[in-house]
Amino acid sequence: MTDEEAVEETPAVDDTREQLLNELSQNLGDILVESHLRPHEDVWLRVRIDAWQDAAMISKNSGFEYFGFLSAIDWHIAPEGRYEDTEFDAGLTEEDEEPVEIDSSTGYGGGDTRFQLLMQLYSLRDQVGVILKSDVGDDMTVDTIRDVFPGADWHERETHEMFGISFRGHPTLHPLYLPTEFEGHPLRKDFPLLARQVKPWPGVVDIEEIPEHLEAQLEAEVMAAFEVNGGGA
Amino acid sequence: MTATSDREQMAYVSAQAADARVNVELDTGDMTLNIGPQHPATHGTLRIACQLDGEQVVVAEPIMGYMHRGYEKLCEVRTYPQCTTLINRIDWLGSFANEVPFILAAERLMEVEAPPRAQWIRTILFELSRIANLALFLGDMGVQIGALTPVFFAFRDRERVLNQIEEVTGGRFHPNFDRIGGLKDDIPKGWIEETRSVMEKMRTFCDEMEDLLVGNEIFQARCRGVGVIPPEVALGYGLSGANLRASGVDWDLRRDANPGLAWDQVDWRVWTHPDGDSFARYWVRLQETREATRIVDQLLDGIPSGPIMAKVPRIIKVPAGEAYISTENPLGEMGYYVVSKGDLGPFRVKIRTPSFNNISIVPWVMKGVYVPDVITILGSLYFILGDIDR
Repeated sequence: MTDEEAVEETPAVDDTREQLLNELSQNLGDILVESHLRPHEDVWLRVRIDAWQDAAMISKNSGFEYFGFLSAIDWHIAPEGRYEDTEFDAGLTEEDEEPVEIDSSTGYGGGDTRFQLLMQLYSLRDQVGVILKSDVGDDMTVDTIRDVFPGADWHERETHEMFGISFRGHPTLHPLYLPTEFEGHPLRKDFPLLARQVKPWPGVVDIEEIPEHLEAQLEAEVMAAFEVNGGGA
Repeated sequence: MTATSDREQMAYVSAQAADARVNVELDTGDMTLNIGPQHPATHGTLRIACQLDGEQVVVAEPIMGYMHRGYEKLCEVRTYPQCTTLINRIDWLGSFANEVPFILAAERLMEVEAPPRAQWIRTILFELSRIANLALFLGDMGVQIGALTPVFFAFRDRERVLNQIEEVTGGRFHPNFDRIGGLKDDIPKGWIEETRSVMEKMRTFCDEMEDLLVGNEIFQARCRGVGVIPPEVALGYGLSGANLRASGVDWDLRRDANPGLAWDQVDWRVWTHPDGDSFARYWVRLQETREATRIVDQLLDGIPSGPIMAKVPRIIKVPAGEAYISTENPLGEMGYYVVSKGDLGPFRVKIRTPSFNNISIVPWVMKGVYVPDVITILGSLYFILGDIDR
């Protein structure tokens, strides 16, 4: 199990979250696919998509009454990248010792599909949050949880228009933000950002280049200031 | 019908009224009233389509998107330091407070911690944005229901707080001051004393608001018992901040899930109100503004010395991972779910804004209320349009 590994790696042991994870895993039973725990941070649970509604219900009954948010993640790598394949971007990588490596894994709790649902719930009793994930299959459909958490209503509408995931049983899946005639799902990674295609992004130049003859001097000054101040803390 | 005389017309009207009373003939349903998109009482371009039956609302549906700027998408094509520029503009009345959770999420992924001095100054600026934000609400709520004076007081006194924020950050509304690993700059000389006197003035302002509105009979008549939200409903809709505390739920992320800022270093309390109505929401925010001035006062006394920046590389690359950090912002729980793939910019940012959830309760809470109460409830739920639409 991933959670056990995480605990072994870090000396920090988080009893509250571990206990909570055990309790939830028992309650969820075979609905739970995978879990991940980062001590003193968060608990990630990946559940079966066909039991999404049950998972929400069980979590609610286990004390997670507060509905934080619901959304989705598109794990595809955007074909256009960050629109920064410019000369400058190349320069930036060269200056850097380690070039940017895109991690192709699908985050904590794992995942097999392109789209993943994401929901955060919070327990006021234990003051701990939990993040539920679920793989969305090719039919791009999942049961609505607005009967469990009425607040999910708008979140599902947003997820529907932004990612194209349908929520079975949701009566009003019309767009929340976008105009009714809008085509496409903007938060999908393959949805092009038109503004960037029309005009190159001037903000690529993020770091001001320091003239060579000043660099060493500047560095020394910064470090000196840091050490002087650092002693006082 | 054409009335031939006043007397006849009066007779007709009274007969109709009698009919309506016994609900026989007069059909009062099927009227749609659009509040907004541009209306003085909507804080921006929110439209509420109300279906009325006489004076009562049958269905109220907020229609948003007039200000949707797609920040979640835009964050994906920017580097981490560039994202704060966008994030500033989500809840524009409490900008600095918006930056903090995003920066904290990035810091958690990078396993960097800002030095204590930076954390204290962050907390002070956070609370100052809360005061600036809530001060406007305290005055604005009066305007919503017809009292004009308080809002002038609010704008006058909020300016003092904005001046203090400006003196440190250089920006009244969009400071863009928080950095991964610390702050852009230290506080200027003499600022602590000035801020202390401003806090004194803000407490006077709170007293004025209490005299003008809270104690006012008309204000109470318009707000008490209007838009009651029970705690279990509030939790299901994900209401947060003062809206939740006004329903009697004792939950404040500053106290219960402090992500490392200096709130646990000072003595303060969380205010709740059992009623859950519009008046309770106003009252809780009033107390919170007062409490925030006290927090700032205490923090000013104990700012530790030391650096304001941790050692971070010049080119910020955030290791792969996921983090969700939320803080108690002026409007409620503001959180960022940041997914990083080890790149210069985030892979995905889910922005959980308080107003989005707070306003999603509108269809529920407005069922059956009278038209003037629509404005009271909207005002008391307190939202910023940029915070709904992102």
